[in-house]
Formats: sequence, C-alpha cells, structure tokens
Amino acid sequence: MRLLYPLVFAAFLFSAGVYGVLARRNAVMVLMSIELMLNAVNINLIAFNAFLQDKVLAGQVFALFVVAVAAAEVGIGLAIVLLIFRNRETVNIDEVDLLRW
Amino acid sequence: MTGQEVAFLILAIIGGLGGLLVVTSRNIVHAALYLVVALASVAGIYLLLAAPFVAFVQVIIYVGAIVVLLLFGIMLTRAPVGRRVLDNTVRARLGALVVGGGVFAMLTTFLVMAFGGDRIVNRAATATAALGTSIFRNFVLPFEAVSVLLLAALVGAIVLARRD
Repeated sequence: MRLLYPLVFAAFLFSAGVYGVLARRNAVMVLMSIELMLNAVNINLIAFNAFLQDKVLAGQVFALFVVAVAAAEVGIGLAIVLLIFRNRETVNIDEVDLLRW
Repeated sequence: MTGQEVAFLILAIIGGLGGLLVVTSRNIVHAALYLVVALASVAGIYLLLAAPFVAFVQVIIYVGAIVVLLLFGIMLTRAPVGRRVLDNTVRARLGALVVGGGVFAMLTTFLVMAFGGDRIVNRAATATAALGTSIFRNFVLPFEAVSVLLLAALVGAIVLARRD
C-alpha cells in the first residue's frame, strides 16, 4: 500500500475537524471536531510506524498516549461545558464572552 | 489494486463521509452517531496498517467511552436541533470552509511532494506483547505521566461538575 493513502485520508479528516471547530457554535460540536483532528494525527502516527518498521513501536505507543490524552480532554471539556450551561443557560461559544475586553 | 488497497479505499470513503457529516449535520445527536462511523472506520484502517491493539483500544475508548460521554454532554446541555442554532453565521462558515479547504490542499500538496513514491511494506501484525514490552521498557516515564494526567483530569472533572 502506498504511504500516501492513509496520509491523505488523515489530512482530509484533519481539515474536516478544522472546518468543524470554526463553523460550529455549539461547544459539544466543537469537542467532536477536535476528536476528528486527534484521530487524524493518530492515523499519521500508525502509518509512519508501519512505514519506518520501527523496532520500539514508538508510533503505536504514542497513538495510545494520544487516545488517553483525548479521553482526559473530553472529560474536562464536558465538565467545563456543563458548568457554563449551568451558569449561563447556553453552550454557544459566541455567547460566552466574559473574558472579552 | 491489491485487496488491502480496496479495503482501505472502502474504509476511507466511509470514514471520510462520516467525518464530513459530523461537521455538517443539522442534528447534534446524528453528528455524534456519524462520529461513531468515522471513528470505527479509522479503527479498521489501524487494522490494515498492522496495529490491531491500537485498533481495539480505538473501538473501546473512542466508540465505547468518548462518544457516550459526548452523548451525555448533549443530553445534559439540552442541545437544540437545527442549523441556525448549531452553526455559525454564513460568513463565518465560508471563512471556515476556506481555512479547512486551504489546510487540506496545503497538506496534500506537501505530502505528495514529500512521500509521493513511498510504499508501506507489509509485515505481520504487531503482537500486543511487543507493544507492552515497548511501553514498559522504552516509554515508562511518558506512561506514568499519562497516568498522572488521567488522575488529574478525573479529579478536575469531578471538582468542576459537582453541585455544592
């Protein structure tokens, strides 16, 4: 298999994630788009691990680390979203502008 | 075209469509379910790239845990349905389309220039034992750091989300 195939697929998923982060107003949707971007990075790590025939499997190990960090990120992110919803009755990120000067 | 490439193409089309629908769907619950499609096809691609353990971790953690967590978030925030409330203005969406398309065009151009002719040589799937040996021999310190991070995230999420 060409190395290019998984890399281009990953680039596509990443771009879809970038579009989602910028185009969505709902904070939960933004978190979903971030998950897409993290997955694109993971595909790159696995593909290069297979391409370089790495003896210590660094690509796969780091993909596992990225999955763990993504789980932590979603947990904290949803806790923050819930807190914002409880205080302000909205999760639209353009209405949460307390820190805007 | 080899069978591997055909399987990859099918998975990539399903996953790409799923990813597109995640960011364009009008219904937020549908978007979460399309995320399952995209993540599951990514797991299939891990299998094709000879990484079965990562593929099953992907299914268990992403499809099993993270999407369920996101669905809980959707239910608890009573997210409304419809393009007007879920999406930004048309102008912002056009900007997002330009940025996303630009990122894709730039990445694809660079990838073709850098790795145009390279091929992945197939070999036996990575044994889980080898992966475990690598984690606990070469990457112990990052592994412990991730453990502490998960604990901190757990405590932080409880502190943030509880009512008192």
